[in-house]
Amino acid sequence: MRNVYYVARRELNAYLASPIAYVVAAVYLAVLGGLSGFILYYSREATLRYTLTHGVTLLFLVLVTQVLTMRLLADEQRQGTIELLLTSPVRDWEVVVGKYLAGLAVFALMVLLSGYFPIVLMRIGDPDVGVMLSGYLGFLLLGSALLAIGVFASSVTQNQVVAAVLGMGIAILMWLSGALTEFVGEGLRTVIEYLPIFDHYFDFVRGIIDTRHILYYVSVAVLFLFLSARVLEARRWR
Amino acid sequence: MISVQGLTKDYGLVRALDELSFSVNEGEILGFLGPNGAGKTTTMRILTGYMPPTRGIVSVAGYDVVEQSLDARRHIGYLPETVPLYGEMTVYDYLDFCAAIRRVRDRRQAIDRVLEACDIGDVSDHLIAKLSKGYRQRVGLAQALVHDPAVLVLDEPTIGLDPRQILSVRELIRGLGGEHTVILSTHILPEVSQVCQRVLIINRGRIVAEDTPERLTSALQGGTRVHLRLAKASPEAAGMLAGVPGVRSVTPIGVDGYEVICDGADDPRPELAEMAVHRGWGLLEMRSVAMSLEEVFIQLTTDEASPPEERVPAGEVDDRREEGR
Repeated sequence: MRNVYYVARRELNAYLASPIAYVVAAVYLAVLGGLSGFILYYSREATLRYTLTHGVTLLFLVLVTQVLTMRLLADEQRQGTIELLLTSPVRDWEVVVGKYLAGLAVFALMVLLSGYFPIVLMRIGDPDVGVMLSGYLGFLLLGSALLAIGVFASSVTQNQVVAAVLGMGIAILMWLSGALTEFVGEGLRTVIEYLPIFDHYFDFVRGIIDTRHILYYVSVAVLFLFLSARVLEARRWR
Repeated sequence: MISVQGLTKDYGLVRALDELSFSVNEGEILGFLGPNGAGKTTTMRILTGYMPPTRGIVSVAGYDVVEQSLDARRHIGYLPETVPLYGEMTVYDYLDFCAAIRRVRDRRQAIDRVLEACDIGDVSDHLIAKLSKGYRQRVGLAQALVHDPAVLVLDEPTIGLDPRQILSVRELIRGLGGEHTVILSTHILPEVSQVCQRVLIINRGRIVAEDTPERLTSALQGGTRVHLRLAKASPEAAGMLAGVPGVRSVTPIGVDGYEVICDGADDPRPELAEMAVHRGWGLLEMRSVAMSLEEVFIQLTTDEASPPEERVPAGEVDDRREEGR
């Protein structure tokens, strides 16, 4: 477990040393800030609901998480530094989890920085704080599942752009998979209804914290991290 | 310390290593020699647990590299062919990270030790991305040494260094023998004779020779060779030289040179000199030429099936040898 901490710490420093995290955070805050401003101007409602469920927000979340994670394993493989990690007494999953946690930390920091918006709402109106917190929790959980997808995409290629595009593809396919329910039988439908990655998020925004949804995001994250570790292991066998 | 038995590695349909068996004793320095693509890097990657063998048993420091991979890796320091460096880190932070993931107790002391040993103390707070090739190579070496491993696996450790650095790194590696078991691969043949106690020459995934550098050269040498240069040799000189007892053959080289191959231990040089002087051929030069390790290497690793570019150009090797001095 200590290795997870060392890998995560190194990775976090790498984030802070590269412009990616800063640029992503700045653009993220600017876009969501602008969007929220518009929504507030037209709706005249002190709520985060419209911002958190807006298509632009969701698409942007996919984009941001994939850009944050695209480097994590792809670049190690391209630069050959993966050889250092895999020949050190570190388990494959410790590498994957350490890197994931560093990405999660940067993402959480970005979300924290966007916390000025609820504060603005509280100054100008009377929003339901509980609902806002629940919405933020859902946003974090959704983001953490998307980050795990990004780590997986980054494990299968040496190319960062390929990793980002692949991660976005997986996320968006998981989003759209709900449409398949029209074409399958009863049994498969209950499975497929469970798949769409954004569907589990809207309850949080409405202020409902359901453990099934939490479980969904945690299991998506665990599944993709597990797959990433398997991919690293499979790389050894080639 | 290292034992390899029947090691075979297939990449798809291509057989990279074919039934390789060898062992390295504790404290020994083994040189790993072979043309590009012979399987040196593959062998090293299997030894260090980076990839598993297709078949065969490999153990390092008493641990099976497949079954007890983590234990084996704990005792290995590895410098891969492409030095695994993180450009955005300083040398110190990088070594600290490497020491941390290998459970070094007193990291500061361990880092100070390798900074000194690899002569990189002056750049310890520099970003790795800004370092020259020579420094990067030595930082890579420091990384392999930081946890004081029992076994060191070095894939071309002196590549990209300037002559002075090559000498100091060789000195360093030679100093590691005794306490550490070292396997190093190289293209630079004199390096092997200077640093290693034993040489393993591999070609196309098979071991073609295994011995001490001295014995390898003398075993393949057969007889001595003598180069002669004569200023005013008559046309029949070659034939007359061949008639000297102990001479096997004479081949003219260039305008005034002759290569005389002698049988066994007999040294016919006094007779050759006397004949040249007696006949008034104007003896300019006479020297005995030992077959160099690179010639042995080429003899062992060249066969009709291999395309000419696979052969190591002797000229290039010679240049490097000069560099090394």
